[in-house]
Amino acid sequence: MRLKLVPEKTSFDFFSNWKLWMGVSSLLLVLSLVSFFAQGLNFGIDFRGGTTVRTESTMAVDVGIYRKAIEPMQLGDISITEVFDPTFEADQHVAMIRIQAQADGEAISGETIEALRATLDGVAPGIKFVSVESVGPKVSGELVQTAVLAVVLAIGAVLVYIWLRFEWQFALGAVAALVHDVLLTIGVFAAVQIKFDLAIIAALLTIVGYSLNDTVVVFDRVRENLRKFKKLSLGEVLNLSINQTLSRTVMTSVTTLIALIALYVLGGDVIRGFVFAMIWGVIVGTYSSVFVASTILLKLGVKRDWSKQANTTGNQFANIDA
Amino acid sequence: MLQIDLWKRVLIWLVCVTGLLLALPNAFYTRVEQANDASIEIIAKGETPERLEIVEQWPSWMPSSLVNLGLDLRGGAHLLAEVKVADVYVARMDSMWPEVRDVLRPERATVGTFRRQPGPDDQIRLKISKPEGMSRALELVRGLANPVTSLTGAGATDIEASAEGDILTIQLSDAEKLASDDRTVRQSLEIVRRRIDEVGTREPTIQRQGIDRILIQVPGIGSASELKKIIGTTAQLTFSPVVGRGSDADANPGVGNKIVPSLDEPGVYYTIEAAPVVTGEELTDAQPAFDQNGRPAVSFRFNISGARRFGDYTAENIGSPFAIVLDDEVVSAPVIQSHIPGGSGIITGNFTIEESTNLAVLLRAGALPAGLEFLEERTIGPELGQDSIDAGKIATIVAFVGVLVFMVLSYGLFGIFANIALILNIALIFGMLSLIGGTLTLPGIAGIVLTVGMAVDANVLVFERIREELKSGRGPARAIEEGYSKALSAILDANVTTFITAVILFAMGSGPVRGFAITLGLGIMTSVFTAIFVTRVIIIMWFERRRPKTIEV
Repeated sequence: MRLKLVPEKTSFDFFSNWKLWMGVSSLLLVLSLVSFFAQGLNFGIDFRGGTTVRTESTMAVDVGIYRKAIEPMQLGDISITEVFDPTFEADQHVAMIRIQAQADGEAISGETIEALRATLDGVAPGIKFVSVESVGPKVSGELVQTAVLAVVLAIGAVLVYIWLRFEWQFALGAVAALVHDVLLTIGVFAAVQIKFDLAIIAALLTIVGYSLNDTVVVFDRVRENLRKFKKLSLGEVLNLSINQTLSRTVMTSVTTLIALIALYVLGGDVIRGFVFAMIWGVIVGTYSSVFVASTILLKLGVKRDWSKQANTTGNQFANIDA
Repeated sequence: MLQIDLWKRVLIWLVCVTGLLLALPNAFYTRVEQANDASIEIIAKGETPERLEIVEQWPSWMPSSLVNLGLDLRGGAHLLAEVKVADVYVARMDSMWPEVRDVLRPERATVGTFRRQPGPDDQIRLKISKPEGMSRALELVRGLANPVTSLTGAGATDIEASAEGDILTIQLSDAEKLASDDRTVRQSLEIVRRRIDEVGTREPTIQRQGIDRILIQVPGIGSASELKKIIGTTAQLTFSPVVGRGSDADANPGVGNKIVPSLDEPGVYYTIEAAPVVTGEELTDAQPAFDQNGRPAVSFRFNISGARRFGDYTAENIGSPFAIVLDDEVVSAPVIQSHIPGGSGIITGNFTIEESTNLAVLLRAGALPAGLEFLEERTIGPELGQDSIDAGKIATIVAFVGVLVFMVLSYGLFGIFANIALILNIALIFGMLSLIGGTLTLPGIAGIVLTVGMAVDANVLVFERIREELKSGRGPARAIEEGYSKALSAILDANVTTFITAVILFAMGSGPVRGFAITLGLGIMTSVFTAIFVTRVIIIMWFERRRPKTIEV
């Protein structure tokens, strides 16, 4: 007996409640923006400059004692957090120490790190610095710029691609879904205050890719059905297409989620934030390709006069395949 | 109909087998790595029985390229350095000053007396006592200019001289500054590379980034500060005329001179001319040696132009002291006894043997033309890297098994076909990574895991199509064929868009982000290949053998 997540034949009406879904999306977007502007993102040193030290000792971490030991060094703003992870050994106690960027343009001096190590060795003998990462203020600003540019470029590039392969209405729908996904992901990061660093940008771009993947598969079917069923209204075609691809959408999301959840649970704390972003992105991306991208396509409408397709610029690249 | 030409089938399987072969060394990572290291050592240092034995751990006819492990997996140090290119402008002006002096001196009648004025370090400001002679002075100074040797600066000269009242200003032209910056960074890059090579760590990455930056990644090194020590030691050697000697560090040295401390006599300061006679850049060789009293010293040899200037200077200045300056400290200031024509000499000082050896190495590797400012430093300990590898391995295996089981449960036999393709897919990713020398990073592992999830997507698209075709009453052969052809456009569109983001990530990202982009991009290519070709060949081979009347997907 086969495992079937979605019944053989479905005929859900995805647009009967479109106002509700748009409302939900808008509400989430507003919440994202509010939490973004109210709390801001918990930027890692990549974007803020500064130093993070990952310490490891066989003794339990006492954040208060660490802080008291470091404070006299006058390194400015420091934050110390203990890291817990199921993959750690019993006598493995890990803490992350973050120090603000120091005054000059350089990253950090070796002496400062040595002094810090000596100081902490006093309160936690045998402490090891398993990683030290330091980004000078000069670079961090540039990293923010390139990161934002990368996301904008990626969205712009796919906008053009879909416009060439489909029509501009499709491109707008897909890009609206993308922006929606990216904003919601940023919103979650602001709300939960997970560290936002360079790797998260990679995750964001992957979400862009994934969400698009989903949207494109649905749109591809819409394009096909629009030619096949000339009598059906756009809404009916959209519903039919989404129902036809629903099984695939769910299958792919589930396999991807299986893989990502394994990585989230077992992959160690170093990439957990990164994987979290992707899991969230897969869920939001799947939702948005059905409810956001398609609804926008429905509202924009598509030219149905396929007999004159040679004159349109919108789909001249649509027949390259197969 | 359901046919693929024989040569196409052979080609597809050939690609798969090649991929597997290329990926195979990674399954025996440590052994292959040791064998590779040993064979490099044999070339460099000759054969020994132990080395030969290690080399034979891995058959030589097998591919032996490995996936590079990124710093986050292997541990090591990462530095991003900015070359302070403006340092060179100052040095250029300092060395220009004697030349300017020499051309103006004979023309005292027209320009009067002249003095260097204090001003920005990258300019020479000259006050002349007869402003009416300014045009003649400008003419003379401009005669010192050389054409800029660069593509963009064609037609420009390297210095600009301008006059304002009785002040003559000389500075580098913009074209020359650009050309000089480029040379400075390239030279720094080369010197950093040589210094790291001298220490002998393996596979360092030393790249230029942007206009004036150098990215240095060295796996296996203990910390970024250790790395900084190796590359940051400037060893700027100069041979300069001595103006005076005293004990006051804050005395006014006079324009064009500077005060530097003595290396081994505390409290002694020398006033030397800022413009050296010869610099360490003109050294061709430096070796640890011993002086006539048997104490450690460093012998050196200049290139032709250095030797000539050194010879001329010693001939003209017999009896005057002469300072050997290392990193702005006077190593020794011997009095010139006689003309030294051959361009070779010896530096003595209170060295230990180790110090003299190190100094020789540093001198040979050359001085950094400008200072380095470290903008980004990262040290990742090897334990953390090992932890990450272990966690990543377990996660990948679990993810993999989860997806494999799920596919079989959902699609039965076809699920098994997809799984074979999936396994091949991972092997192909590793094979390609090894082939192009790509770097596997922690986010890269995430990229592979994501590919595992998404690679099935293409198969799912096809299988779902086949299901639909079967439902609408087509026969098995027709359904399979239609399934593949109809799913193709969705597969391509979906993967091209993801590929676009991978390319952008690669272009814009650095370090781990780039590692992620590489595995994601390769993963897309291999998963399209396996979905479109490999599963199809498998299904067709199965179909031809069984000729089933009905199929269940």
